[in-house]
Amino acid sequence: MKFLKLTGIALFLVALATLISLPLLSRLSLTPDKITALSALVGTDKQEAATKALNAFKGDHPKIPALMGLEQQLKKAKWDSYSSDDFLFQVSREAGAGFFWENKTLVAWLILLGAIGGGLLFILPDFILTKPGIHHNGMYQNPATNAGWVGILAAVFLISFYILLYFNHFLITEWIAIADPFSMALRGELASQWFMYGFLYTLAIVVMGVRMIMKYRHSNYHLIRTGSIIFFQICFAFLLPQIFYVLHLPEDDLKNIWPLNYYFFFDWNIAKHIDSGTFGVFMLVWGITLAAVGVPLLTYFFGKRWYCSWVCGCGGLAETLGDPYRQLSDKSTEAWQIERVLIHGVLAFAVVMTGLTLYTYFTHNSLKWTINPYIFVGVIWAAAVSLFAYYRYRNPAQNGYKVLATLASIAGLITIWVFADIFPMEKASLRFTSYDIRTLYGFGVGSIFAGVVGTGFYPVMGNRVWCRFGCPLAAYLGIIQRFKSRFRITTNGGQCISCGNCSTYCEMGIDVRAYAQKGENIVRSSCVGCGVCAAVCPRGVLALEVGPEVGRI
Amino acid sequence: MHIVIIGNGIAGITTARHVRKLSDHTLTVISGETEHFFSRTALMYIYMGHMRYKDTKPYEDFFWKKNRIDLVFDQVNAIVPDRKVLKMASGKEISYDKLVLATGSRPNTFGWPGENLTGVQGMVSKQDLDQLEALTPTIRHAVVAGGGLIGIELAEMLHSRGIPVTFLVREKSFWKNVLPPEESAMVNAEILLHGIDLRLGEEIASITGDADGRVQAVVTKSGTTIDCQFVGITAGVSPNLDLAQSAGVETRRGFLVNELLETSVPGIYAIGDCAELREVLPGRKNVEAVWYTGKLMGPVLAKTLCGTPTAYQQTTWFNSAKFFEIEYQIYGEIAPEPSEGVAHLAWFHLNGKHAIRIAYRKQNGQVLGFHLMGVRYRQAVCTHWIEQGTHIEEVLQNLGAANFDPEFFTQYEQAVLDAYAEASGVTLTLRRRRGWKQVLATLSLK
Repeated sequence: MKFLKLTGIALFLVALATLISLPLLSRLSLTPDKITALSALVGTDKQEAATKALNAFKGDHPKIPALMGLEQQLKKAKWDSYSSDDFLFQVSREAGAGFFWENKTLVAWLILLGAIGGGLLFILPDFILTKPGIHHNGMYQNPATNAGWVGILAAVFLISFYILLYFNHFLITEWIAIADPFSMALRGELASQWFMYGFLYTLAIVVMGVRMIMKYRHSNYHLIRTGSIIFFQICFAFLLPQIFYVLHLPEDDLKNIWPLNYYFFFDWNIAKHIDSGTFGVFMLVWGITLAAVGVPLLTYFFGKRWYCSWVCGCGGLAETLGDPYRQLSDKSTEAWQIERVLIHGVLAFAVVMTGLTLYTYFTHNSLKWTINPYIFVGVIWAAAVSLFAYYRYRNPAQNGYKVLATLASIAGLITIWVFADIFPMEKASLRFTSYDIRTLYGFGVGSIFAGVVGTGFYPVMGNRVWCRFGCPLAAYLGIIQRFKSRFRITTNGGQCISCGNCSTYCEMGIDVRAYAQKGENIVRSSCVGCGVCAAVCPRGVLALEVGPEVGRI
Repeated sequence: MHIVIIGNGIAGITTARHVRKLSDHTLTVISGETEHFFSRTALMYIYMGHMRYKDTKPYEDFFWKKNRIDLVFDQVNAIVPDRKVLKMASGKEISYDKLVLATGSRPNTFGWPGENLTGVQGMVSKQDLDQLEALTPTIRHAVVAGGGLIGIELAEMLHSRGIPVTFLVREKSFWKNVLPPEESAMVNAEILLHGIDLRLGEEIASITGDADGRVQAVVTKSGTTIDCQFVGITAGVSPNLDLAQSAGVETRRGFLVNELLETSVPGIYAIGDCAELREVLPGRKNVEAVWYTGKLMGPVLAKTLCGTPTAYQQTTWFNSAKFFEIEYQIYGEIAPEPSEGVAHLAWFHLNGKHAIRIAYRKQNGQVLGFHLMGVRYRQAVCTHWIEQGTHIEEVLQNLGAANFDPEFFTQYEQAVLDAYAEASGVTLTLRRRRGWKQVLATLSLK
């Protein structure tokens, strides 16, 4: 068995190392023919710059430096980053050379099989060898699961992956090309970075879902729940959109609900749906109905879990790939306070952003604001400091900070006021429109928070970083769960022994024990109903239940 | 008034928290074990890597200052009741107006030759855990002696770290004086299934050590020698009475207390594992060294300390444990063998992982207790039936209301009814499956 595990991890690591090395080992081979062909791909206004840049890298070069050099050239030619990234991705695909590009399909299959097979070979023996039941042995002694060096390396890898995916996908063309065979089969075209991402995402959920099934094979709740996650990921998130694409319909993930799906009400998305005819309009109605009726109704009857730990893709990844990291979520009161401010802040941001977007959509009035930067900075400073002071004031052990924070706040405002006086700037020096707010949300929340931070930090901050601190839909579902729902975690009388397994393994960082040891039921807006607290409890104290609202809290 | 509590376990801390809820008295909690309160029941999970020490602390460190509970990390050497002063190991003196002894218990030893060797220890304190952790790299084989709850937990702990364990149980079956024979046999099987070398009817005769004073082997009463580098002594616990003499309080097994939990010296109280009740309900023990007792006594003693003398009354018995993968819960009175006039209705799953046993009075059908293995039942519902003296057939027809297993789990209530039909010839219909409405209806809350 030990041999199997070693073979498994070796296979997995070789596959991973090969994957990482692919872009580094590939070459860029720009023949005159290719330069002509590639230049023809861009609009006439850009052709000259494209030809010039490509010619500067004529011949054979190591790929990454060449692409980065090309990017500089295009930047000099004042290309916007979207066109530049897109063009460079095509260059990278068309002019890629080296072992990988000559044996693409073979290498793709070898890497995938190595990673999946090796991964399962490494993971499964531990579960097959142990009896069904909860086994968290060694979690805090293993550097992979106690935020030790393996965890940190994994986090670095995930964070880098997301940054490259969102902002420099042309540098990882080889990774994207791994998904080519599947994209060809499903869509009849080469893979885009988003196809590759969806493909790997689904793969991660399936493989780690198998692990979940093995780990919780004694519990029907977890078996059914994990089955549901895998089903919704494969069918709704991955396959259906491909079918829609082939049918020339908008590639919607029908279970991705506003405000998690923040671009649902964007003008281009609405236009795309209306242009697609009846089914497109149905998709719009479906999305609005889910958000306005489905969410409150289902949450009333089943709690937030019907979405967060049974259906949602983000939740699905957290429950499968993220399961080994669930114990790393911070349980402190401090973390809870930060969580409440952040997640409800994002919800407010999403609502305001969507409101402005819709206002602009219906009135064709792209709202413009102009503000004095000093006032802007001043307000943010004051808000930040008040928040800090408020928080510290709530925690009597830290009373000294209240005075400090107040002083700092006054000093800061005076400084801004003085500087504003010394360097008078024209009043209206910061201009932005509703469109800019939308872009800011997409970048700040959609990419950085949900992807880079939300998933990248799994191995060090627990598997629900995004769901807990950032997801606006989780905040919306949570408000309903807290105030109008039949769902609760019931505490079984006085049987709690305060051991702390429930709190430790709560991925949402809820201090479950704090309620259980008082004999109180747990009704918290953040609870996603994964049921792990009830599973790890060694005394049978906790149970997820839906029942009358009487005596719920 | 200055209330001083010696011991920061569940009993002492519960008392402190409730005194603070009721009053503004000055409060000091002294412990020589750890700086902060932690859950003793979770020691095993630290060793097994499920949790870190800090995860076993039920309250964050700021809690104590916020609630003005002074923590003193020091050992009490002696109590001077005449001057109402504690002499500390650090040389300091702490004066008190009222004193609470919550000193807990310590592992029983039996004067075996070699019991003081390095590597021979119990598993009740943080120090025990730290010592075991330090020894672990050198342990190639371990012996655990004593077939109770701590014994099986210690066996599971060592097993989780890949250490082969020989488990010596004096009785002919595991925890035989508490568990009914069939349930006890289930646990025996579970222990063997996990690869533990279970030796029933075996005890330590002597322990031998090497030249450095480290344990080398255990010789059993049957004459077998077992080479080992660690011996876990888990043959029960006894109240920790170190301070009894200087305090001048009357003791028997524990500090003797009246119904107000006050010792023979006015102003000195005892609570939890170390307290021995002078009078108890029939069938109950004078020392109930379990987590729940400390937790139940705390709020009562707090009232007395804060000026409202309140008698501690034993409530319907309950307890719980986990034997490897088999969870155990008990509510009410249920002896290993049915006593005179009592019948046991028992159902066992063929896979040996689930069992439900209900005790009731033959004469009037009154339900007395529930004994559950691998099944979770609701305390509120079971206790309600026991306290109301509900008839067994009424209980059985509503048995679903007691079910507390997770959703989608197999429900065994019908099987229990079938077992009753087989035993008594009375076929009943299960009126209720699990669910909250049923619970509320049973408790007449709705």
